[in-house]
Amino acid sequence: MKSFDRSDSKLVLAHILFAFAALLIGGVAGLLQSMVKSGSIELPANIGYYELLTAHGVLMALIFTTYFIVGFLYSGVSHTLGGKLLPASRKFGWAGYMLMSLGTVMGVIVILLGKASVLYTFYAPMKASPWFYIALALVVVGSWLSGFGIFYQYVRWKRGNKGKLSPLFAYMSVVTMLLWQICTIGVAIEVVVQLIPWSFGWVDTVNVVLSRTLFWYFGHPLVYFWLLPAYICWYVVIPKVIGGKIFSDSLARLSFMLFLLFSIPVGFHHQLMEPGISPFWKYLQVVLTFMVIIPSLMTAFSMFATFELYGRSKGAKGTFGWVKKLPWKDVRFFAPFMGMLIFIPAGAGGIINASNQMNAVVHNTLWVTGHFHITVATSVALTFFGILYWLIPAITGRVLTPRMNKLGIIQTITWCVGMFFMSGAMHIVGLLGSPRRTAYNSYNDHPDAVLWMPYHVAMAIGGTILFIGVILIICNIVGLLRAPRGETEYPIGEVSEASEKTPAFLERWGVWIGIAVALILFAYTIPLIDMIRDTVPSPGYVTW
Amino acid sequence: MHLHRLEKIWLKFGISMLAVFLIVLGIMAFSMGMKPPSEHHHTVDPTKVAEMAPFDNPGLNQIGKNHYEAVMTAYAFGFEPAEPMQVPVGSKVDFIVTTSDVVHGFAIVGTNVNMMIVPGEISHISHTFDKPGEYLILCNEYCGTGHEYMATTIVVQ
Amino acid sequence: MSKPDENKEEPALKGTFASVMLLGAFIVVTWIGVFALFMARN
Repeated sequence: MKSFDRSDSKLVLAHILFAFAALLIGGVAGLLQSMVKSGSIELPANIGYYELLTAHGVLMALIFTTYFIVGFLYSGVSHTLGGKLLPASRKFGWAGYMLMSLGTVMGVIVILLGKASVLYTFYAPMKASPWFYIALALVVVGSWLSGFGIFYQYVRWKRGNKGKLSPLFAYMSVVTMLLWQICTIGVAIEVVVQLIPWSFGWVDTVNVVLSRTLFWYFGHPLVYFWLLPAYICWYVVIPKVIGGKIFSDSLARLSFMLFLLFSIPVGFHHQLMEPGISPFWKYLQVVLTFMVIIPSLMTAFSMFATFELYGRSKGAKGTFGWVKKLPWKDVRFFAPFMGMLIFIPAGAGGIINASNQMNAVVHNTLWVTGHFHITVATSVALTFFGILYWLIPAITGRVLTPRMNKLGIIQTITWCVGMFFMSGAMHIVGLLGSPRRTAYNSYNDHPDAVLWMPYHVAMAIGGTILFIGVILIICNIVGLLRAPRGETEYPIGEVSEASEKTPAFLERWGVWIGIAVALILFAYTIPLIDMIRDTVPSPGYVTW
Repeated sequence: MHLHRLEKIWLKFGISMLAVFLIVLGIMAFSMGMKPPSEHHHTVDPTKVAEMAPFDNPGLNQIGKNHYEAVMTAYAFGFEPAEPMQVPVGSKVDFIVTTSDVVHGFAIVGTNVNMMIVPGEISHISHTFDKPGEYLILCNEYCGTGHEYMATTIVVQ
Repeated sequence: MSKPDENKEEPALKGTFASVMLLGAFIVVTWIGVFALFMARN
């Protein structure tokens, strides 16, 4: 077995370590937030709740995720497209890392100096320091360079392997970074064209409705940028980890193409309660949103089918006999599986959120916070954690010991318990009306607000358990980096013999990108024209 | 592309389920008057809110039997009118709200009144208060250091 | 033209079907629950 390329290993590891440093700092902020909301502590005068919340959102939802995703994708692209990165790809990878890291450090400093308490959505006309927006721009442009490295490796492989089907991991990585490239254009325009000049004072006003729309044009596909790498693990890696086969190569690729098409022209479902967008266009984008549920329904079937076929190949009988055959004690399966399981309530909540006028029940309540903690912070995060237990050994020439495996299972369970209390309480208290993004207040002991308090306490208990989970995963990473030397295979699944041949149209990138762009133009052109023509711009405010 | 017989049934069920949701939502929105808030687009100069009607005189106006208009302005960190409004039980209230500074939220706990207040825009939503009580109206969109204190009430008796 | 896999039996996926239908039921029940809450508060 060829070992993982040493130079590529450095690149991947750099991304993983930065990601988990961000998780740790973001985790400290999260713990403090939960303790403030439960009334357990008061922050010292020089630390604001909303400063912490801004740091928490940026570090968890933008930095931890992006760095891990880029590192993971580079590892699989290196392994499956030739066994090592081309020099140009590796250079793009490092250039992206440098630029993103410069932006991250700048951004965190500006946030902790109290000059950007605008939360990770930075809604205008709250006006942060221009250096905050510049920092964000650096992170986004850096991530583009990271994407270029993956595209370049893929294009060169295709040229050298004419007529051959690309490896599934690489294909899915290209879709992921393509999605990212297309959707980040929106937030880049918002930040560079609207916010930076306005924040420097070169222009006096900003079109608020337009800025929000550009953000959410980015903000919804952002969650698919998080989800698709987890799906790569579920589709490509998990079958190998359990000793089974990939259920269907073509359906896996088709699901990713459907994500490319339908994750972007749907941002209005985050703006359903806003003025300035007509009910017609809101509903139209809700219909498009419901289309993007379909590839996840396909994925659920594929996952269960992979498990059932494996179990039956080991002699399982009956409708659910295959469940017992799965390697529950193997953290490389168990952690991502818990991610899959929790995606059931996570996805159900998402459908509710996007349901047009029904969104009024949950908008800006803690239900939404509960939702994204089980989607990105559980389904995606636990999958990412599960990946570490084979990825770090594979790229550093070490092995996963039974002890590290056991510690991994413990960390996974800790995370699930903590999230059950915290997110469970958030969902319920959200339905009772408790607002998100809000520090401690009893609203003059209004009876409705008093009813929320026990749930806020449960959230702090869950949050504390989760913080222990953060410490545990950091410890486990240290343990994996010091594990005994040996050979660990990079697990890439093989396709089952029953799966049909993959049609070539799934790799006609021009066609698929063309359809994606056409859908975006269809869903956004008229509403955007209205916004640019009919809104009155606003000056900026510093309200913190 | 070939799909397993059971996958075909699953996807047919799943897509039908989503279609039913969309049809129910669509009918309720477009022919039963249950659209999301701020159906009609009205703008206002956000720097001149206090001088522009109707926001130069925030408060309650009766416009019919059991029908009121509540004109309100959101600001960091409170709502005008400062004194909680009072309406009789069974009243329909049309809320007409804007902001004189940043984006705020406007949510009446225990009801479906939940909308964003965006500078330059006028938000509107109607609610019929069938049950008496003192309803908490709060800002649920982060707007600055005092966000958690931004609230008022409306009394229904 | 007959496809080779028309002659193969389709694999047994009863458990998969049962699992996804349970997932579907979960989505339906939770959606109706919040829908009912919306209607009650209207």
